[in-house]
Amino acid sequence: MELSGNTLFIKGSLSLSNAESFIKEAMVLLEGFGYNRLDVNLDELGYMDSIGVATLVFLQEKMGNKDLQVNFSGGREDIRKKMEIFFFQDYIEPQKAGKLSFFEKMGEGFERLLRDYMASFIVLMANVIYWSVSDIFKSKRQRKGEFYNQAVLIGVNAVWIVGGLAFIIGLVMALQSSAQLRNFGANIYIVDLTVIAMMSEMGPLITAIVVAGRSGSSIAAEIATMKVTSELDALKTMALQPVRFVVVPKMHGSLVTMPFLTIIANIMGILGGMFIAFVSLDISPQVFVNRMAETLVNRDIFIGIVKSLVFAVLIVLTGSFYGLRVKEGAEGVGKVTTTAVVVSITLVMVADSIMGLLFY
Amino acid sequence: MTPANIIEVRNLSASFGSREILSDISFDVREKEITVILGGSGAGKSVLLKHILGLYETRGGSIRLLGHDMAELEEEDQQQLYLQMGVFYQNGGLLNSLTVGENIALPLEQHTDLDEELITRIVWTKLQLVNLPEAYYLYPSQLSGGMLKRAALARAIVMDPPLLFCDEPGAGLDPISLASLDKLILNLREQMGVSIVIITHEVSSILRIADRIVFIDQGKMIFQGTLNEALKKNVEQVYQFFEMGRLFPIDDLE
Repeated sequence: MELSGNTLFIKGSLSLSNAESFIKEAMVLLEGFGYNRLDVNLDELGYMDSIGVATLVFLQEKMGNKDLQVNFSGGREDIRKKMEIFFFQDYIEPQKAGKLSFFEKMGEGFERLLRDYMASFIVLMANVIYWSVSDIFKSKRQRKGEFYNQAVLIGVNAVWIVGGLAFIIGLVMALQSSAQLRNFGANIYIVDLTVIAMMSEMGPLITAIVVAGRSGSSIAAEIATMKVTSELDALKTMALQPVRFVVVPKMHGSLVTMPFLTIIANIMGILGGMFIAFVSLDISPQVFVNRMAETLVNRDIFIGIVKSLVFAVLIVLTGSFYGLRVKEGAEGVGKVTTTAVVVSITLVMVADSIMGLLFY
Repeated sequence: MTPANIIEVRNLSASFGSREILSDISFDVREKEITVILGGSGAGKSVLLKHILGLYETRGGSIRLLGHDMAELEEEDQQQLYLQMGVFYQNGGLLNSLTVGENIALPLEQHTDLDEELITRIVWTKLQLVNLPEAYYLYPSQLSGGMLKRAALARAIVMDPPLLFCDEPGAGLDPISLASLDKLILNLREQMGVSIVIITHEVSSILRIADRIVFIDQGKMIFQGTLNEALKKNVEQVYQFFEMGRLFPIDDLE
């Protein structure tokens, strides 16, 4: 380019490849420009693409900020045509929404918590409980085989992971305790410790954490995907209740299988403890079982089962709640799935603490 | 003078497992022309496009894109080739985690050293071109189907590529939006010399913009040439596609 008087002659080409250097060169050339009007002559401009046009507009704006009027003139027919098509002068800097103050954000967050989360969660819970109870007596209205499918997905497929994990945890728990008990000569109490801890606490908790990770996430992802692909809308417009059609079979499946999974976890955990008791403390399986029969009371078994049912409800409700809340396409599905797992595990722990306080 | 070929597809075959999708497809796309690939639903058009783009491996045949054999390109060379083309996907293909402005700016930010202000200016120009300046700070999930398509087109042309691929750009658009999209495509071809390959079903659009057509039916290429040539040569499927068979019964044609 070349500056002569108040006219800037642009030569060669102006495109993506030289836009940045063009602007820099022009700014250097126009530094200390003494006129109040700049004519940009395009007669010698050989090639220009739409980025080139945007660059000229950008130059005009930069000069405009210095109270300089910029006019474009000349140019071959194709250059003029491009200026006509790609020249958008009425540029308004895109504005972001105004920022909220700290207290406004807090207030908005609290309002959202009450309105969006708690109210919606309670409504969903009411719906799910109502339809779950009423559909027990109306099996014809359920999708054929859906209860079975969900029971397999949530329960049967989790047997190995729940059982294996419970065995390891029972084993580790007994191993850590055995050294201390041996010091006090209280070897036999390893049975009490393992059995009560597994039955009333660890069994239901391990099962719930595994199911929340496996099935809670899959429930959230499945429902969220159904929402973003308009499947839930399709159900609604076919006069089918999405909650009843999608969530209730999962609730039934988890309510039936969670107690069994918990029992399996209990048994495997106790087997782990029995193994360590035999290896580390010389307590034979026969002695272990006899002591277990003396220690174990129905109340502990009952508490474990009640906990598993409460956890099942929490996991399915949380997964469904977040699945139904999805807003933004594929990325939203990922977000709600993660949130559903984190929240359901947190709720399981909170509920476990509350029940612990109530039962003991 | 006949324009040079920017894409050369020779004897292309493709299959998913044992199911044959494309069989012995050969055609050329000429420089600075709008080539429309058309055919019925399930004819294999989108699969063909993905093969041309090197997204699927071919089973047989060859594809030369901007003078390069796609099968022989190293990944780095393929990346360089991708910089010379814009692709407009059927469902937009915008990244949901970014705003529309950030989506469009992404190639410029990643592949150029342009100043941030200039990038904003270019992005805004492209959004103006597709008549969507208000969407700058919106997320893709906040756009309607038509707006999403326009935003995706803005991203596809942000680097002013010499070659543009569009998969069903007009699907779901109202006639006015479709006409303005066609006008933009024609402007890109006429003013910028962009070579454009379009897959579309929109008859009105094809009549407005197509320089040449490639007609595919059940994975086989039926015809390539101009629409007038197809009509002169009495290509039955092309007639049926354009519903001309209804107006001029095929039996009556010479």
